[in-house]
Amino acid sequence: MGMNIIYIILGTLAFAICAPVLGCLLAGVDRKISARMQGRVGPVLLQPYYDVRKLLGKENASVNATEGVYVTCALVFTLLAGGIFVSGGNLLMSVFVVALSALFFIMAAYSTRSPYAEIGAARETLQVMAYEPMVLFMAVGVYMALGSFNVATLTWAAAPIITDTWAIFVGFLFVLTIKLRKSPFDLSYSHHAHQELVKGITTEMSGSTLAKVEVMHWCENILFLGWVAMFFVWSNPLSWVLAIAVALAVYFLEIWIDNNFARVKWQLLLKSAWIVAIVLGGVNIAVLAYW
Amino acid sequence: MSFATKSPWVIHYDASSCNGCDIEVLAALCPGFDVERFGIINTGNPKHADIFLVTGSVNEQNIHTIKEIYNQMLEPKVVIACGVCACSAGVFHDCYNVIGGVDQAIPVDVYAPGCAVRPEAIIDAVVEALGILDKKAKALAAKKKGA
Repeated sequence: MGMNIIYIILGTLAFAICAPVLGCLLAGVDRKISARMQGRVGPVLLQPYYDVRKLLGKENASVNATEGVYVTCALVFTLLAGGIFVSGGNLLMSVFVVALSALFFIMAAYSTRSPYAEIGAARETLQVMAYEPMVLFMAVGVYMALGSFNVATLTWAAAPIITDTWAIFVGFLFVLTIKLRKSPFDLSYSHHAHQELVKGITTEMSGSTLAKVEVMHWCENILFLGWVAMFFVWSNPLSWVLAIAVALAVYFLEIWIDNNFARVKWQLLLKSAWIVAIVLGGVNIAVLAYW
Repeated sequence: MSFATKSPWVIHYDASSCNGCDIEVLAALCPGFDVERFGIINTGNPKHADIFLVTGSVNEQNIHTIKEIYNQMLEPKVVIACGVCACSAGVFHDCYNVIGGVDQAIPVDVYAPGCAVRPEAIIDAVVEALGILDKKAKALAAKKKGA
């Protein structure tokens, strides 16, 4: 138990250093590829870094004192969720801690009492409701295939868990679009220019608070791609190369989806995500349980 | 150059413009000119914006809106008056409800004349504004350090 906590602390420190760097580069590549898909040149690779540095240099102003605290908590819990995962810890705990981070982010928007931020927060809540069943099925499926929630168990597995959980993997890819805030599921907050909600959940966030939100998204994206990669890791060390390649391919697919589909209404978001969770997640878990 | 000049986010407000300048502003922000190459993003949120692009003249109705958007923007910030109406009210200068150019409501940093203002002139004005933004960013950083 004592060692576990040390691993988590070390994992969190490693994640807090590596994930922002990798996430920033990923965001830069995302914007570059998106621009090319739209027939544009696009910004420089380090544009997301410049954006955050600029935000940190802005005047400090906030509608209340609590918003910044909530956003800081959201960032810290994202780092902790990443730390639990990369240290080979409990996957279910990582899922719950990242859900707590989402909760803090929602609370930050609600605390501002701005109508736009409130609608953004309400939509964010719906998004959490939409993806959370499938994410939990994903954790359960991994447990049933692996016999443990501990991610470290993967490194001595005889075969990658994708062989037992491919339906869950496909279902997880569906909700990943929501978690990565990609169109058609970017209801609460969009990275694209104009949105009917001004800037949704981040409307009232500015300067260093907005910078923290950006860094949080970078870290979240890396963590979620880590969850994708997890399906392709087994005792063979070469499987890490395959896992990273699959994660990058999945992210490319997400960029393609982002650039080709219009935003949907929340009813379709919720229905489709739950149907996917029940059909792909439920059937896969039933198969693992009874066969 | 400070980071402020590498990621100027723009907010655009149409103050009683005939829409001619607005179309040109959006043309400049669209893929044809691809200003995102320079980190420029069109945002609808004053709290995220660094550059305030105003088209059209100030009148009794919109003066409060212009002031409100300007006040919600955080320092360092610059204002660009796009088109002759925003610069000096243009052909509408003697209308009963027109107060004048944007500088009658808020401090303007760069004037981009034209009817309608050309996208090239807008991009030129933004580049000019970046120099002013850089100075303001450095002054703010020095003030933060001193405080």
